Amino acid sequence: MAAISREEVAHLARLSRLAVTEEELDRFAGQLDVILQSVARVGEVAADDIPPTSHSVPLTNVYREDVPAPSLTQEEALSGAPDAYEGRFRVPRILDEED
Amino acid sequence: MTDLTRLSAASLAAKIASKEVSAVEVTTAHLDRIAAVDPRVHAFLHVDREGALDAARKVDAGEITGPLAGVPIAVKDVVTTKGVPTTAASKILEGWKPPYDATIVERLKKAGMPILGKTNMDEFAMGSSTEYSAYGATNNPWDLGRIPGGSGGGSAAALAAYEAPLAIGTDTGGSIRQPGAVTGTVGAKPTYGGTSRYGLIAFSSSLDTPGPCGRTVEDTALLHSVMAGYDPRDSTSINQPVPDVIKAAQLGKNGDLSGVKLGVVKEFAGDGSEPGVLSAFKDSLEALVKLGAEIVEVSCPNFQYALPAYYLIAPSEASSNLARFDGVRYGLREGDNGSHSLEEVMSLTREGGFGPEVKRRIIIGTYALSSGYYDAYYGQAQKVRTLITRDFQSAFEQVDVLVSPTTPFVAFPFGSRTSDPYQMYLADLFTIPTNLYGGPAISVPCGLSEGLPVGFQIMAPTMADDRMYRVAAALESAVGSFTPPEL
Repeated sequence: MAAISREEVAHLARLSRLAVTEEELDRFAGQLDVILQSVARVGEVAADDIPPTSHSVPLTNVYREDVPAPSLTQEEALSGAPDAYEGRFRVPRILDEED
Repeated sequence: MTDLTRLSAASLAAKIASKEVSAVEVTTAHLDRIAAVDPRVHAFLHVDREGALDAARKVDAGEITGPLAGVPIAVKDVVTTKGVPTTAASKILEGWKPPYDATIVERLKKAGMPILGKTNMDEFAMGSSTEYSAYGATNNPWDLGRIPGGSGGGSAAALAAYEAPLAIGTDTGGSIRQPGAVTGTVGAKPTYGGTSRYGLIAFSSSLDTPGPCGRTVEDTALLHSVMAGYDPRDSTSINQPVPDVIKAAQLGKNGDLSGVKLGVVKEFAGDGSEPGVLSAFKDSLEALVKLGAEIVEVSCPNFQYALPAYYLIAPSEASSNLARFDGVRYGLREGDNGSHSLEEVMSLTREGGFGPEVKRRIIIGTYALSSGYYDAYYGQAQKVRTLITRDFQSAFEQVDVLVSPTTPFVAFPFGSRTSDPYQMYLADLFTIPTNLYGGPAISVPCGLSEGLPVGFQIMAPTMADDRMYRVAAALESAVGSFTPPEL
C-alpha cells in the first residue's frame, strides 16, 4: 500500500507554499512514497519510554546580555529585498481594494 | 620554480612568514590555477579575485600575522560573505550579497586568510553529489565524469584540483566527510557547537556543523583551530576551550598509537559497501594495528535506524528553516505583476526558486510535522536519536574512537543515483550517526579502489576532536597521500 497519495502530496505542497506542477506531482508522489516507506522503519524501534533528543548540546534558554550592540542599518537590511519602498519591505497587496 | 599550488597550507604559511614568497604570489598562483582548470572542474560559483588579493596585500604589508596568514581558502556557498554573492547553490538566492559575514568568515579574515571564492554544493546542502546544484554539478578531479560527493563537492574538488590549499565545508549528514572521501582529501566535522553556525544558511539547525577541509591532516587541524571556538551569536555554541587538534595531529604523525583502542562497528560490516571500499578499510585497520592500536568490535544496535531517523529530522527542520525564502526580504520574487495575491506570489517564488530535492524535503518535513503524523514520524525519530546517542556513549566506554569506511561507495558516475532519491541517501549511511549524536568525525584518504579514492572515517566523543586527529595523522603517515591524475 502506498504511504502517501498524489492528493496528499498536493495538499502538503499547498501547505508548504509550493505551486508545484502536475508533472511534478506525478513524479514526487512515487518518489516520496519510496522515501516515506523507508523512513517509516523508525517505527520498528520500541521507544515508548525513551525521552526525545532535539539537540545534542544540553543547553536551555541561552540569553545574551541586554546591552545595545551595533546592528545592520535600515539600508543594509533592505539591500537584498526584491522590492522596497520608503525604508520598508514592499509586498503585493494583501487586502482587497474595498477592505 | 616550485608550483605553489602543490604545497601544503603549513608549508605555504611558513614560506610566507619567512618572506620566501609573498601572500600575493601565493594567492595569485591559486587564482591562476582556478582560471586554468575550473572551466573543467566547476568547483567555484564565484571567484573574488580583488577581495582575495586585497587580503593578501594586508598580510604582505605586515598588518596581519598568524599561523595561516596569507594562505588562501575557498568557502562553501552556504556561508555568508559580506558583499560577496552567496546563493547556497539555489536560484532563490541568485545574486544575493549578504550584508554581514558569518562568524567563521570573520575569523578567517582576522587570521589573514584571503578568500578565493565561493564553492559549489547541492542546493541548500541537500545531496551527496552536487548534482542538485542549481548552477550545474562539480566534476571530480579524479574522473571528470564522476561526482565529487556532496553537498560540499565544490570545496573538496577545489582541494583535489589544487585550486585551493584549504576550504570550508558544512556537515549536516556527511557533507564534509563524504566529499573528502571520494576526492581523496581530508574533511573534518567538528563537535556540534564547537564551530559557530552564525551566518550559515540554515538547513537542519540541530545538525549543521561547519568544519575544515584540507589535503593533509595537519592542514585540516590548523584550519580547525582558526575557525573553532565559542561564539555568543550562536545559541548552541559550546563555551569551552577548543581541543588542541594541532598538537594531536603532530602527535599522530610520529606513528605511535600504542594503547589506543579502535572500535569497529559490528552493524556496519558488509552493509552495502563496495568490495574495494571494504578491502581498503581492512588494509588500513592492519596498518593501524602495526602502529600499536588495538581493534575491538563494538555493537551499536540502533545505528541501523540512523538513516531513517535523519531523513525525518533533517527535512522537518528544513521545512521550517526554508520558510524564510518567501520573496519578501531577499532573493527571487516571481509572479508580482498585480494579478497575484501575496500568498500566490510566495508559492510561485518558491516553486520557481527551489530545485526538486529541496521541494521533496520540504514536503516530507511538512508531512512528518503535521498533526496526526508527528508522533509516529518526527517524535519517534527524536527518540531514536536518543538511542543512537546512547549507543555512542556505551561504545566510548569500551574504545577511544570508532572507525568505519566514510561512505559505502567510491565516486559514482553522474546520473546513476538521481532517479531514485533514496539511493542517493545511502551515500550517508556511515556518516549520519555522528550528526545525530553531535560528536566529531573525520574522513582521511586510506587507499584506492579501481583507481578512485576511499575514505577512512574516525568518530570521537563530543569535545574530543583531538583524538580523531591523532588517529587520522597516524593513518596518513602509514598509507601516504593520493594524487589525482593531471587535469
